[in-house]
Amino acid sequence: DNAGIIRFDAENDDCLKVETHNHPSAIEPYGGAGTGIGGVIRDVLGTGLGARPIASTDVFCVGPLDLGVEDVPRGALHPRRVLKGIVSGVRDYGNRMGIPTVNGAVCFHDRFVGNPLVFCGNVGILPRDKAFKAARTGDAVVVLGGRTGRDGIHGATFSSIELSSESETVSSGAVQIGDPITEKKLLDALLIARDENLYTAITDCGAGGLSSAVCEMGEELGAEVHLERVPLKYDGLTYPEIWISEAQERMVVSVPQKHVDRLLALCAAEDVEATVIGTFTDSKRLHLFFQGNQVADLEMDFLHDGLPEFHRPATWTAPEKLPAPALEGRPTGDHLRAVLALPNVASKEWIIRQYDHEVQAGSVLKPLQGESLDGPGDASVIAPVLGSNIGLAIGCGLAPWIGDLDPAEMARLAIDEALRNVVATGGDPEHTAILDNFAWGSPDRPEALGALVLASRACYEAAVAYGTPFISGKDSLNNEFRTESGESVSIPPTLLISALARVPDIRRCVSFELKAEGRALYLVGQTTGALNGSHLYQSLGVSGGEVPSVDLVAGPRNLRVVSDLIRKGLVTACHDLSDGGLAVAIAEMAFSGSIGAHIDLGLVPSNPSIDTWAQLFAESPSRFLLEVREDDRAQVEELLSGVAHARIGETGGERLVIEDGGEILIDEALPPLKAAWQSGLAVMESHRQGDNES
Amino acid sequence: MSAPRVLVLRTAGVNCDFETEFAFERAGGQVDRLHLNALTESPQQLLGYQILAIPGGFSYGDDVAGGRVFAAELKRRLADVLGSYLSEDRLVIGICNGFQVLTNLGVLPGPYGADRVPTAALVDNDSQRYEDRWVHLKVRTSKCVFLEEDDQMFLPVAHGEGKLVLEDTALKAVKDQGLIALEYVSADGGRAGYPENPNGSIAGIAGLTDPTGRVLGLMPHPERFLLPTQHPAWTRQDPLPEHGDGARIFQKAVRYFS
Repeated sequence: DNAGIIRFDAENDDCLKVETHNHPSAIEPYGGAGTGIGGVIRDVLGTGLGARPIASTDVFCVGPLDLGVEDVPRGALHPRRVLKGIVSGVRDYGNRMGIPTVNGAVCFHDRFVGNPLVFCGNVGILPRDKAFKAARTGDAVVVLGGRTGRDGIHGATFSSIELSSESETVSSGAVQIGDPITEKKLLDALLIARDENLYTAITDCGAGGLSSAVCEMGEELGAEVHLERVPLKYDGLTYPEIWISEAQERMVVSVPQKHVDRLLALCAAEDVEATVIGTFTDSKRLHLFFQGNQVADLEMDFLHDGLPEFHRPATWTAPEKLPAPALEGRPTGDHLRAVLALPNVASKEWIIRQYDHEVQAGSVLKPLQGESLDGPGDASVIAPVLGSNIGLAIGCGLAPWIGDLDPAEMARLAIDEALRNVVATGGDPEHTAILDNFAWGSPDRPEALGALVLASRACYEAAVAYGTPFISGKDSLNNEFRTESGESVSIPPTLLISALARVPDIRRCVSFELKAEGRALYLVGQTTGALNGSHLYQSLGVSGGEVPSVDLVAGPRNLRVVSDLIRKGLVTACHDLSDGGLAVAIAEMAFSGSIGAHIDLGLVPSNPSIDTWAQLFAESPSRFLLEVREDDRAQVEELLSGVAHARIGETGGERLVIEDGGEILIDEALPPLKAAWQSGLAVMESHRQGDNES
Repeated sequence: MSAPRVLVLRTAGVNCDFETEFAFERAGGQVDRLHLNALTESPQQLLGYQILAIPGGFSYGDDVAGGRVFAAELKRRLADVLGSYLSEDRLVIGICNGFQVLTNLGVLPGPYGADRVPTAALVDNDSQRYEDRWVHLKVRTSKCVFLEEDDQMFLPVAHGEGKLVLEDTALKAVKDQGLIALEYVSADGGRAGYPENPNGSIAGIAGLTDPTGRVLGLMPHPERFLLPTQHPAWTRQDPLPEHGDGARIFQKAVRYFS
């Protein structure tokens, strides 16, 4: 099916799908991102007998925003233009669909300049008796929604070839054109039809258009389609164009003949175009007709299993290990501000505010949290059934800066981060599902394929260790850009993990920011000296040494213990340690709660011989920082007894003070820290022209 | 008297209809969600309702301007019955896109007349972009049945076209007649600058009523703050209130008929 379906509550199931729409977004960011979200919404609408979309996610990987104009390769767009366009595209499509965009991330890296990544996700909810579908012989093939045009011909093919300086000229016809209101009408009509049991199966028209939708539904049966019946945007399409067009906002349903009239009437009442274009048969063959002539007669078996299996070599040579750089002096407030201002770490408020993240009224923990409602939450929580206290936490993890260094570790780190995010807000790790999106370079290069094999194996091992199933996924290969001079630039191997966790009682959710003075701060999890790929190193422009590594025994244990503490109401704030490590986590908690803190690095549970740089800035996984009431300390310490933990300080005052066994390293007022964190995307705030580049 | 009947009117692109239905149901109303096409089939149905709600969303994609096409469709299909509805003791609430529909129809600031040219419009935010944020509001009118004078509320806005502009004479009339229903204010109740006034509305106006007090149009979304956990910083509150601020609007409307 389009997405895996998991249990939500006594009446409903839920599902999650995340798609990529990279190549269209590279040459037309606004349209590419908009149709990306439109496509994944149809995936969810086509899951089971149709799920109601309740939340969207968006993750973007783009080039550095301060890239010089002269450094943009011919055929590529400037990263600022790309980011502006994809944000506007998601905004205009997602907001018009009435689906809250609640979670996301943005990563910046030199090698995303020619080939940015756009991941669009959607979460759906459906009644428990609507999870399974099967078209039947004799059912009508009905296409609903948008009309078919010549847009998006060979869209799927375009997604799987290398981008180049010629792409805009050669492939722009492969980019689809979106129209959210047509899709919104389709959604409204289909959910009514679903509840009236008017169809037996449903599939979205995505890659391959009608060809893949009809043949997926008719795989076991056979189908007969009359292509001249398909409503067209304009005359002049050839029958192959009609069959493979990826024009947007179309779905196919199989309708028992006795329900056809009712379905067509319902669609008319909802201003949705619906047309019978054929029948599901029992021939086990695909028969296509155009104006009375048979134009195709193929076995379903051949269409589905006729492609020979590929065998490609995969190799992997670990990059040469460089010694860890010797950092001079001791960490200071300047270092902290520099890391907070890195675009990867900095506030994404400019983006989040443009998305309606509250429509449908289900939001429980919004993407912006804290005293001034502008701090970075770990995950978003929604309660999709209004009035019910069962929720869903939605989070994500990715670490492309580790991809070149160690693809397997990158995969484990992304999984750990996604799970930390949902658990930190109140998600149940025993009822969490994850989803993978591999975005990779060309699989024709054995080294790229080798990295993919290693990352896939690591996903398997981590999923088993965490007891967390992968319920769906999607890969995007061939993310490379060939410059005019013929040099091919591959993106770094990038794995996005999205997590969807059940929240048993939303009233137990915690937000990340400090709540009150005089409370204890506990650090859960072990800190190691591995700093390679860290944001500290990125801010200093250095590399070397080890990358952080997930402990598949301690990791799951830490998640369970933190989840238990939250569920017992013993934690008043919880933030996972991720980009920028302990330093960024405590700074974000302090300035978002407008409460100071004092911590002592000498107390941080860490490997021997670790220095203060690593204690502050290492991005060791499976760690959380908790705020705990003094009265609850004994109970908290008892529950933490099986995992690495320590009380590293307390809340209070108006400054962030970080000492190392008596020596004060950092003593900063909170507003300048927040200002640094809010400065990272300032260049986008001031870049207003083209805001409505639709 | 029994629970008032509430019509939540939807059409292509309306997307806050479910939560608006939930809001009125929670307040004790008896709610139907109906498509404009279904209402058009037999317009007299409208007179079977005491409260008409036009929810938020992007009706018809907000093509031309926010709410413009929906208003034109209402005028074309239902002008007569709408006139009868408004002339009697019944209520209308337009939220966000619904407020845009009511200004385009000329229902707000009113008084409504089938041939009346609109005197108010909701135009692009000063920031030139869509924004989702929470705002402080103060009720400035004593005559609107949905509101209690001087009440303060904290509600979310989410729109790109929410800046209210009025013709000079209309602005004066609105002020003189006390039709300013809601004003954006600062957290301490003072004058609001950006972003407390999120769109640059004239005189900080967030909502209007009409001379009868039976119509309310507002840009903020009261239906998004009914439950305590919808507050953006509820995890900082102890104890939690029973209702969100927005619930009062729906409760007052339903109680008007009891």
